[in-house]
Amino acid sequence: MDKMFHAVRLDSDKCTGCINCIKRCPTGAIRIRSGKAKVLKELCIDCGECIRVCPTHAMKAVYDHLSITEGYEYKIALLSPTIFGQIRNLEDLDYVMTAFKKIGFDDVFETSRAAELISEATRKYMNSKSYEYPVISSACPTVVKLIQLKFPDLCSHVSPIKSPMQIAAKMAREEAINKTGLDTEKIGVFYISPCTSEVTEAKNPIIHGETGIDGVIGICEVYHQLVATMEKLDKVDAIANSGLIGVSWAIDGGESAALMSSHYLFAGGIENVMNVLEEIEEKKFKRLHFVELRACDAGCVGGILTVKNPFMAKARTQILRKYLPVSMNHLETDGIPTEMLLGASINPVEGMKLSDNLFDALAIMQKIDGIEKKLPGLDCGACGSPSCKTFAEDVALGYSTENDCVFIMRDQVQHFAKQMSLLGMNLGENRADDND
Amino acid sequence: MSEAVKLTYDVSADDFTHAGEASGAIKRTLKKLGIDMEIVRRVSIAVYEGEINMVIHANGGVIEAEISPSCIEIWLKDKGPGIKDIELAMQEGYSTARDHIRALGFGAGMGLPNIKKYTDDMKIDTEIGVGTTVYMKVNFT
Repeated sequence: MDKMFHAVRLDSDKCTGCINCIKRCPTGAIRIRSGKAKVLKELCIDCGECIRVCPTHAMKAVYDHLSITEGYEYKIALLSPTIFGQIRNLEDLDYVMTAFKKIGFDDVFETSRAAELISEATRKYMNSKSYEYPVISSACPTVVKLIQLKFPDLCSHVSPIKSPMQIAAKMAREEAINKTGLDTEKIGVFYISPCTSEVTEAKNPIIHGETGIDGVIGICEVYHQLVATMEKLDKVDAIANSGLIGVSWAIDGGESAALMSSHYLFAGGIENVMNVLEEIEEKKFKRLHFVELRACDAGCVGGILTVKNPFMAKARTQILRKYLPVSMNHLETDGIPTEMLLGASINPVEGMKLSDNLFDALAIMQKIDGIEKKLPGLDCGACGSPSCKTFAEDVALGYSTENDCVFIMRDQVQHFAKQMSLLGMNLGENRADDND
Repeated sequence: MSEAVKLTYDVSADDFTHAGEASGAIKRTLKKLGIDMEIVRRVSIAVYEGEINMVIHANGGVIEAEISPSCIEIWLKDKGPGIKDIELAMQEGYSTARDHIRALGFGAGMGLPNIKKYTDDMKIDTEIGVGTTVYMKVNFT
């Protein structure tokens, strides 16, 4: 897999070069170059904001289609609990689970089962007190990438426990091997994802390590087929094995609530997440034990690959979970099983620093200041950079030229026009002299 | 390249909601330069305290910063009433903040002591009725 893989792709034909995406990108990772958007891959954190705002749908989410399951002898659908809140009037998780078996899967497994184990493991971890407060959830890959890129000092605060998607993928595969006796390569595990962030993490696992996921299908890809199938179900299989705790991971505060502590914070939406991280970085809130951050409003139900309004989906999830048992999955060991822990630590990613050398960085910053002073400060975006400040940086680093600013260009044109007219007047005077 | 990067910020009077903008901007600049986060945090707190002081006591003012390869130097300049007794003002818990300011949770008398605590050098230049300049310096190594 390409190490720079991102689940966001541009359809150049549809891109009009408007500035909606560059303005919205939280890491300033998009520029307009030659009239088309260009994503700077090293800065992209797969949040999907550009997909949300693109008026021509040129920015597209990348995910697999159902056909990816072909060729596997035993196909497992790995369901994110976000899917349940997408369905109207759902009373029983098994309707959804059974419908997946009707649309081509041999088995269905909820990631909320793994989420319940993670909740238990995190409680143990919090009790161990072997860390610095606050512990930041590792579940949202976009948040972890944001921390690596813009808040390097907080890397050590990220929980060392893997995400539900990964742990569930392993559990589902092992269960299938035991059930069928098939070789592992004949078993296909397909994650039904709410967001681009998890598509990238499944295909190019830079945070959580190898996932063993054979394909990632967007919820929106299967939604309509699923609903149509559910309406025709006459018999429902008893497959679901998640409790309230696991299903609640789909919505804001669900992961935190399972920790049975009041000292937590939830923030959803990438701007809010950045503001909270700024404050945590400054150690402004020392009594905070756990921080649950999600790139999307209302939590994972707000993911770019979901279908329904996030807040509606959240309300549906709340109603649905009401009669679920608290938790259906429990750790069999006293400690945290090592296979649940991240293999490697979360490390900072370079990308925002101007230079490794302070002398050079200062020189570049001076150059940026000098350029910025010439700019109008309107942040119009016509140059293709998201703000005048970023444009000044782009010029200083050699990615743009000053003439890309329409205001600088206008001044130059006016200057030339003046020169031309002066020249014309001089010529006219000379001719008049000649006539004497 | 020997010239320092210069930054200037206006601090407006009696505007608590915007206090902290200059320290935030200085923090972002230092991060971009790749300065160690522990140092960035010290600078950020010290400037924040100074900024709040300017709002509470001095009808705002101007913050100037200079970043060189070895340190950051900051001047917080105001045209406020001046400090009558610097030694007293440097004591923890001493404050002349008015009641309505204290009601907002400010004026605990920790501003100047915190600036001293988090910086490597600090000087106060004040004249009654003319104004005050608080100078601070934090070394990068």
